[in-house]
Amino acid sequence: MFKTIISAVLFSLLAGGCSLQNVQPWERDILAQDKMQLDPYPVDSYLDDHIYYSKESSTGGAGVGGGGCGCN
Amino acid sequence: MQLTNPPQVRRKLALATASLLGAVGPAAQAATADDWAIDTSVLYYSEDSRVTAIEPVVRARKAIGDDEYMTYRLVVDSLTGSSANGAIATSSPQTFTSPSGNATYTTPANTTPLDPTFLDTRVALNAEWEKPLSRYLKGFFAINASSEYDYTSLGVSATLARDFNNRNTTVSAGLSYNLDTIEPVGGIPDGLTAMPTTTSVQKSTLGSSDDKTVADLLLGVTQVIDRKTLMQFNYTYGMDDGYLTDPYKILSVVTGPSSETLAAMPYLYENRPDSRARNALYWKTVHQFNEDVINFSYRYYWDDWGITSHTLDARYRYEMGGGHYLMPHARYYLQDKADFYNYKLVDGNIPQYASADYRLADLSTTTLGLKYGIQLSNDSEFSVRAEMMTQQSEGDAPFPDVDATILQLNYSFVF
Repeated sequence: MFKTIISAVLFSLLAGGCSLQNVQPWERDILAQDKMQLDPYPVDSYLDDHIYYSKESSTGGAGVGGGGCGCN
Repeated sequence: MQLTNPPQVRRKLALATASLLGAVGPAAQAATADDWAIDTSVLYYSEDSRVTAIEPVVRARKAIGDDEYMTYRLVVDSLTGSSANGAIATSSPQTFTSPSGNATYTTPANTTPLDPTFLDTRVALNAEWEKPLSRYLKGFFAINASSEYDYTSLGVSATLARDFNNRNTTVSAGLSYNLDTIEPVGGIPDGLTAMPTTTSVQKSTLGSSDDKTVADLLLGVTQVIDRKTLMQFNYTYGMDDGYLTDPYKILSVVTGPSSETLAAMPYLYENRPDSRARNALYWKTVHQFNEDVINFSYRYYWDDWGITSHTLDARYRYEMGGGHYLMPHARYYLQDKADFYNYKLVDGNIPQYASADYRLADLSTTTLGLKYGIQLSNDSEFSVRAEMMTQQSEGDAPFPDVDATILQLNYSFVF
């Protein structure tokens, strides 16, 4: 299953790389929308990070900082 | 996008620039320089027969200059209920001492032992300063502090983000450093020594408190793919040093490899290595179809404890019209166990490091949820989400499933 996922990811990266558009500042209407931001729901992300930090053994990836907890 | 409202257009263009600059840029935005954008939220998290947490959050963000913002976050986390202590279920009742050593609790036969003494309140504060440093360079500087009755965490972080290529590419580099102190109830148990089974015997301890440092490094690239697609690629490296053991977790010791009979010293406190090097590769993409938006991420994680994991996360924001949206969420996590994870130990064959904490086992987590949001005005939004989370064993360890319900209410406004 994960080989398929990795292949799909690599394919999308390559496909994306071949079709990069140089988007001009006046063409950013869609990218400017709140819902198009990388982290459009920061409180949801914070709470999810806290839940999964407490219940799983992997951290990192999206950013740095944020603080620790005892999380027993 | 409201083309009939020029200030709104200017605001959104400014926000686009601001967010493209930052790999970790937050989203709630102040309408004008004098306004505060406030996000309020309360989370209810409840596991079947185990932990329940209620967690209110307030996040406030204000522009303090041209493209310069301060963001503050206050979180209160209140926890009650039971947590698996690491021991196995046996065919007869088992008695354990509480972490303080002053009381005992008994688990019925054929039941996974849960320590019922958990009761904790955590307060966490975070402040972030987002500051343009030159035309194409922006800095994010943050401090955080949190306190629980047995745990304190203090940290700083800094991320620099530099735009290239007509602001279509942003390269980010970040560092964070945390100093955490744990002062467990009953002291720091000496790893892999016996847990007393009566209050008349004291456990062997290594002092009343210990600490750990957590350092993280981030390197990332954010790329505009086209007018409707944004991608982010990050690598993070983390190093933990110090006391990484869970002082409240134990392991059962049995008399033989295939035996369920407990040894004469039936329970040992767990013991983990005192360092851990972590790595994560992270890819995220945001794409808009007409009005709907998909947000997808994948993370591959590995560390020198032997843990590897895959995390897939997808949210699809379906616009219902009139400011209403529905957002299904699916998350899947698959983890390979730590080298020192043991469901139980065999008498006479005790390793240097061992933990029976199910969170270090072969496991998967599946989360399915739905969020509904409504725009109440130009500057306010209400949303609610409900999710179900299930964790289950993916290896030989027969720990029981952990099922949790997640409910969250959000209200955002500007004043």
